[in-house]
Amino acid sequence: MQIRSLEELNKIKQKSAGKIALRLHRDTTTTGKNILVCGGTGCHANESDKIIKILEALLKSRGMAEQVKVIRTGCFGFCEQGPIIKIEPDNVFYVRVGLKDAKAIVEEHIVNGRWVERLLYEDPQKKEKVNTQEEMTFYKKQLRVALRNCGLINPEDIYEYIAVGGYEALGKALTQMSRAEVIEIVKKSGLRGRGGGGFPTGLKWEITSKQEDEEKFIICNADEGDPGAFMDRSILEGDPHSVIEAMAIGAYAIGADKGIVYIRAEYPLAISRLTTALRQARELGVLGKGIFGTSFNFDVRLKYGAGAFVCGEETALINSCEGKRGEPNYKPPYPAEEGYWGHPTCVNNVETFANIPVIMTRGAEWFASIGTEKSKGTKVFALAGKINNVGLVEVPMGITFREIIFDIGGGIPHGKKFKAVQTGGPSGGVITEKGLDTPIDYDSLLEIGSMMGSGGMIVMDEDDNMVNIAKFYLEFTMDEACGRCVPGRIGTKRLFEMLHKITSGKATMADIDALKQLAYMVKDSSLCGLCQTAPNPVISTMKHFWHEYLAFVEDVDHPQGEGRYIPKNKIGLKS
Amino acid sequence: MTKPQEIDVMEPVEQEFPKEKYDELESFINSLETTKGALIEILHKAQHIFGYLPRDVQLFIARKLGIPGAEVYGVVSFYSYFTTKPSGKHTISVCMGTACFVRGADKIVEKFKERLGIESNETTEDGLFTIKDVRCIGACGLAPVVMVDDKVYGRVKVEDVDDIINIYRRKGAEVCR
Ligand SMILES: Cc1cc2nc3c(=O)[nH]c(=O)nc-3n(C[C@H](O)[C@H](O)[C@H](O)COP(=O)(O)O)c2cc1C
Ligand code: SF4
Ligand code: FES
Ligand code: FES
Repeated sequence: MQIRSLEELNKIKQKSAGKIALRLHRDTTTTGKNILVCGGTGCHANESDKIIKILEALLKSRGMAEQVKVIRTGCFGFCEQGPIIKIEPDNVFYVRVGLKDAKAIVEEHIVNGRWVERLLYEDPQKKEKVNTQEEMTFYKKQLRVALRNCGLINPEDIYEYIAVGGYEALGKALTQMSRAEVIEIVKKSGLRGRGGGGFPTGLKWEITSKQEDEEKFIICNADEGDPGAFMDRSILEGDPHSVIEAMAIGAYAIGADKGIVYIRAEYPLAISRLTTALRQARELGVLGKGIFGTSFNFDVRLKYGAGAFVCGEETALINSCEGKRGEPNYKPPYPAEEGYWGHPTCVNNVETFANIPVIMTRGAEWFASIGTEKSKGTKVFALAGKINNVGLVEVPMGITFREIIFDIGGGIPHGKKFKAVQTGGPSGGVITEKGLDTPIDYDSLLEIGSMMGSGGMIVMDEDDNMVNIAKFYLEFTMDEACGRCVPGRIGTKRLFEMLHKITSGKATMADIDALKQLAYMVKDSSLCGLCQTAPNPVISTMKHFWHEYLAFVEDVDHPQGEGRYIPKNKIGLKS
Repeated sequence: MTKPQEIDVMEPVEQEFPKEKYDELESFINSLETTKGALIEILHKAQHIFGYLPRDVQLFIARKLGIPGAEVYGVVSFYSYFTTKPSGKHTISVCMGTACFVRGADKIVEKFKERLGIESNETTEDGLFTIKDVRCIGACGLAPVVMVDDKVYGRVKVEDVDDIINIYRRKGAEVCR
């Protein structure tokens, strides 16, 4: 069956409503239950698939398979406590569920209606069991917009997506709105690109829509090269349809009829979920020819990356899509003017797309009411490192680091002291104790010497040596620099070598001074964003942890022997 | 002065692949709507079929697409996912993403290297193991993470390294028997 109008979509929505009614607490009449099992990468790695099989077998043997459905969802965000199982409509949240716990869940909870006490989450501060998701400090300050369907619906079932209002935004846009109106809503919402740069999405769409060309493209950047960030893959794994729907809306707005998802080959689970979603979308006609009975045609294909961080940069990504080495180009021309095969191309990030359908259905004003003056909406962060609650958190812009790390993240494990948090991935910087109360948005992060980047947040404790951390990042960028430009190719290598010399205790003050100078040189002269930002961890750690650099050279006097070496310019003064 | 061994280095003797593998690759290429821009896609497929991308396979693709071999090699060497060396029976991927690093992944990879006597991207002499560094497999909650083939081991400690190796050594021995 193909959906030809909003009415037909609505009919399907009503028919499918029953599938998720229990979960949304809209159905109080039946005795049925839904067992939601996390199928995200973290829980998947912890054998959540096997748990599903056991649950299903147990239910079947008791003849309860009809009443009690086991549903594999996307990531709940609380990956530290995985595998996670939620039982609806009871609203009970079980954590760290092992293979042998499946039996207890069926026998105790499902059959006897008694909660399995030991699987409930225990609040580490209050030492009390907490049974619902809403009561957990991890979720209290979160606001799930981009992640709204992750952990709620089965990502492999388009009907569940339609049941929560999926594809309505696309239907509305195509049948009731002009292209300019769609762009206007996105502009008014204040949505800025979540891929790192924070460029206003509506403006990018507008620029692309104004280009005169028969052929245009829309690309979803699912490369996610930042090591330690996994929000994009989680969205694709947990809610692929929202990205597909948003791409179709964007394509309509800019006048494209072809879309590409550029995704890394190392993300097999995301690829498989996306492939399934695309097939279902085509079957229902929300992709393909004459969508919603209009003259709008659109389809999406996948292109696989092959493990190069620089391919996340949009011009490099386009080269890679064309089957070439993924080297960046000079900008301008920007992809919006001249992109894939020379045609105007709009490149947006996965999380950016995930926000679009809600903006269309709930309105620009609603979205703009969340966040700060210049950064609207929410941001998903991948919270990891030395923190109690590792996971994906989505919070309104403007929240402080202290709230994320200590309230949501539950603080630093093993009673250690907080030292720093690195944001913005390898190209960001560290934020220390002093910055903990900074409200998080694009501009304030730049002000305190870091950046939003894709949203990786790595917490470090007193045991971490910051020179080592800087060296770790430099090794990464050195490996990943494509080598196209000299400052990038040689500069990052020399920076790494200098850091290595320092950490092996062989450096002098002159080396530290040279390191500092070279850091600025690479920053100022590299061709693309990768190496322009590569020295940031060095600059930022030198600024905040200068004594740790000094500690490595403490007893080393100036090589010429005329006493202590005086650095030429104090770090932090020049920028 | 030129010794035969040195010529060997120039012209590596490569494994001969059965014709069916080439046929499979060729029919994949023929099935594409257009080969324009499809080189990476084709290389993915080829690596899937052959396990790696030896010189002969690269040249085969170059001839088939009518492009210079250097262009194919240029792309193969650019991307870390493509490999020109066969890998061992089991691939040990140690996550070197930041989350795993700050929880001690560097010590784990060192231990694997020490125990197996190889560096990253090398294969043990018996062909059983290859070590690879990977960046964030998305299970940061389990950091540090080691993946052997498709199986993920989370919260790995240095002491666990021997156990992990032994699981696969034993598996290898079972097959031989
Ligand atoms: C070195 C480098 C790596 C990047 N990696 C990514 C990435 O992995 N994912 C992403 O969405 N954007 C990445 N970007 C940003 C993209 O170039 C581009 O700005 C973004 O995809 C635009 O989408 P947005 O406006 O929705 O953020 C990267 C940029 C640079 C310079
Ligand atoms: S800055 Fe780095 S990644 Fe960018 S072109 Fe130069 S070498 Fe390549
Ligand atoms: S993967 Fe299960 S909660 Fe994140
Ligand atoms: S950093 Fe290792 S799994 Fe994410």
